[in-house]
Amino acid sequence: MTKIAFTINGKQVSSDVEGRTLLVDLIRDELKLTGTHVGCDTSQCGCCTIQLDGDMVKSCAMLAAQADGANIVTIEGLADGDKLHAVQQAFTECHGLQCGFCTPGMIMASVGILKANPNPSDEEIVKGLEGNLCRCTGYVNIIKSVKRAAELMKV
Amino acid sequence: MYAFEYLRAGSLAEAGDLLSKNPEAKILAGGQTFIPTLKARLAQPTHVVDVARIKDLAGITVTADAVTIGAMTRHVEVGNSAEVRKAIPALAALALEIGDQQVRNRGTLGGSVANNDPAADYPSAVLALGATIITTSREIAADDFFQGMFATALAEGEIIKAIRFPIPKRAAYSKFHHPASGYAMAGAFVADTAKGVRVAITGAGASGVFRWSDAEAALAKSFAAAALAGLKVDDSNCIADLHAGSDYRAHLAAVMTKRAVQKITG
Ligand SMILES: Cc1cc2nc3c(=O)[nH]c(=O)nc-3n(C[C@H](O)[C@H](O)[C@H](O)COP(=O)(O)OP(=O)(O)OC[C@H]3O[C@@H](n4cnc5c(N)ncnc54)[C@H](O)[C@@H]3O)c2cc1C
Ligand code: FES
Ligand code: FES
Repeated sequence: MTKIAFTINGKQVSSDVEGRTLLVDLIRDELKLTGTHVGCDTSQCGCCTIQLDGDMVKSCAMLAAQADGANIVTIEGLADGDKLHAVQQAFTECHGLQCGFCTPGMIMASVGILKANPNPSDEEIVKGLEGNLCRCTGYVNIIKSVKRAAELMKV
Repeated sequence: MYAFEYLRAGSLAEAGDLLSKNPEAKILAGGQTFIPTLKARLAQPTHVVDVARIKDLAGITVTADAVTIGAMTRHVEVGNSAEVRKAIPALAALALEIGDQQVRNRGTLGGSVANNDPAADYPSAVLALGATIITTSREIAADDFFQGMFATALAEGEIIKAIRFPIPKRAAYSKFHHPASGYAMAGAFVADTAKGVRVAITGAGASGVFRWSDAEAALAKSFAAAALAGLKVDDSNCIADLHAGSDYRAHLAAVMTKRAVQKITG
């Protein structure tokens, strides 16, 4: 067992983990933050995307022990109380989801796109979402949502 | 995943120690290849030695004739490095064509080169630029390093510290992305270097990355896409799988080589 401690959505947590414990399992099963989804468990779908020390990563492709000392933000940590994050707001306005399963990962990946590039073109959004799959929307409204979020973040 | 013990090395000496004490231990860098391998139970190490926080494996240094990149440098860092973009723009561009943003935020140069996946991008740059792989025990020339699919000259427990890329006169990489995985169906790295023109093909070869010597000879005579007209990659040692036959991959490799040359000549 390895003793680890990290910050998640502003809260300091610690845990004793097995070497093989995946970060996503710790987040969902132990910390009960079930907004982070597991779609594929094979690094393909991006549903498990979280922010780790400022960068978007797939939490199904990380050991919990690798996150020792990190600062993590999950989908639950984006809103400010009742006030949705601009990207969440944009996804609701633009109907950027249907079943919603991919949405936490899509939103985290979109936050990552906008951090690196506050004014992305359609093409840059598509490239930024390469690591995320959606089985419902056909992506059109997701791209619209990211563009809308870019507008919302400017005001 | 089978159970294993997670160990974090704070220094190269400590990593070397942990690896030699535990013969069934394996190195963990970004984990973007290794963790899926563990999940699929394709590996069963007793210990996993995390080298991600070793300071000696970090950093990019540029001199007048070479760019040296620490093994733990993530794809996103190589791609966004102003220094790499200036010295070897083709290398920075290649890094940003790997996988997706999440993979680029974790995956590393050392991990990719040590793994030598036949469809990985970096091995083509390492081979075409005639780079040197600097390990904990020696320096290995790219021409001697890659030894077939997933096989390299690395000994058990030998750690890649950094890779030194000589700065070419001009270079470009052209990649045909697999539409689902993003890996190269075929990729060509063309470099006009102090030691002549070098062309490395990834994604296509059944023995991993290889140099296309016919194209090198033709481009040495005339550095233009037209010089490649009629030249064919031998498909007898190309990968055939459910995504593409060997003849199609050989064809794609030639097309990617022409496109890389066109990127350079404009
Ligand atoms: C969805 C997805 C898409 C991808 N697409 C691409 C792509 O388009 N192109 C591409 O090239 N790659 C792609 N990759 C692979 C990615 O680039 C990996 O990051 C890379 O192959 C391995 O780097 P890593 O740091 O994650 O290494 P790890 O997974 O940690 O390690 C890989 C192997 O290298 C060994 N190792 C690691 N570091 C060292 C070292 N310093 N010295 C000696 N041995 C070492 C490990 O023991 C292990 O055997 C993709 C991966 C995923 C999950
Ligand atoms: S669950 Fe992590 S990428 Fe699909
Ligand atoms: S909304 Fe259903 S998978 Fe994307």
